[in-house]
Amino acid sequence: MRLRLALALLLCAAAAPAAAQDRLPSAPYAYQQLQDPAKEAQAKALMETLRCLVCQGQSIADSDAPLAGDMRHEVRSKLAAGESPDAIREWLVARYGNWVSYDPPFDGATALLWLGPLAFLAIGGWLAFGRLRGAKDEEEGGAT
Amino acid sequence: MKNRWVLFVPLAIMGLLFGAFIYRLTVPAETLIQSQWIDKPMPLFDLPPATEGVEGLKSSDLADGRPRLVNVFASWCIPCRAEAPQLEALKQAGVPIDGIAIRDRPEDVAQFLREYGNPFDRIGSDMQSSVQIALGSSGVPETFLVDGKGIIREQIQGVILADQVPEIVAKLEAME
Repeated sequence: MRLRLALALLLCAAAAPAAAQDRLPSAPYAYQQLQDPAKEAQAKALMETLRCLVCQGQSIADSDAPLAGDMRHEVRSKLAAGESPDAIREWLVARYGNWVSYDPPFDGATALLWLGPLAFLAIGGWLAFGRLRGAKDEEEGGAT
Repeated sequence: MKNRWVLFVPLAIMGLLFGAFIYRLTVPAETLIQSQWIDKPMPLFDLPPATEGVEGLKSSDLADGRPRLVNVFASWCIPCRAEAPQLEALKQAGVPIDGIAIRDRPEDVAQFLREYGNPFDRIGSDMQSSVQIALGSSGVPETFLVDGKGIIREQIQGVILADQVPEIVAKLEAME
């Protein structure tokens, strides 16, 4: 019962950004590009690989959620202050985990994704090898 | 035909994959993003007062030797209204509570405090969610348990429920 209530309330909490919006104008750098085109290009590339926390299928570059706008402001402000894109990504990952990044590192959780294709290739190669050798054996067997 | 079973391996793999897909469709992944900024010091910040008649909040306020709660809320957040009685109960139990108002206007914060009470010692205004992001917080309401040295010990996401109140009081007492 308690769990159900908790779940219901959590869902309410998650739904809050959709149900209620603040009335503040967006942060300066939420919708405004940086002056320096090179830095803006870096910002755009970085923002496209950062995941929005409230609208979870989108990058912060794509999302119109207020929190995504504030994250864009954060990213552009830090870049303008001279931080590198990698440092900014690390800063966010330290707070939200790898979840926030669309460029996950190779680790225990992602090993299967990286190594899976190689494993399937190996299995396929092994099957094909066995098959071809089998066919050859049969051919030779038929000739004698 | 000793290796006939091998033919069934791809089918078995497909079966497992489909099983995994169906499982994930019926049991969606956890979408609540927990802060990783736990057991770490409060990020440095200095927020102005969220409305007239309250004090602003800076990170050094949170390392005064007393364990406390930092409640991340907003006047536009409907569940935050449901949380107000529990915060009041925590205050009655002697727990110091500070607030961070997210993307809020002073007049709206004042209205919220009038309607739902003010359990906060101080309320900082985080207009661009910068402190919220620095905390690894992804929504409102959220509450952080901070020890006397200003180290964040725990994050509670969503509304604090009435039966969580004694537990929170005990946890903060244990930090003293």
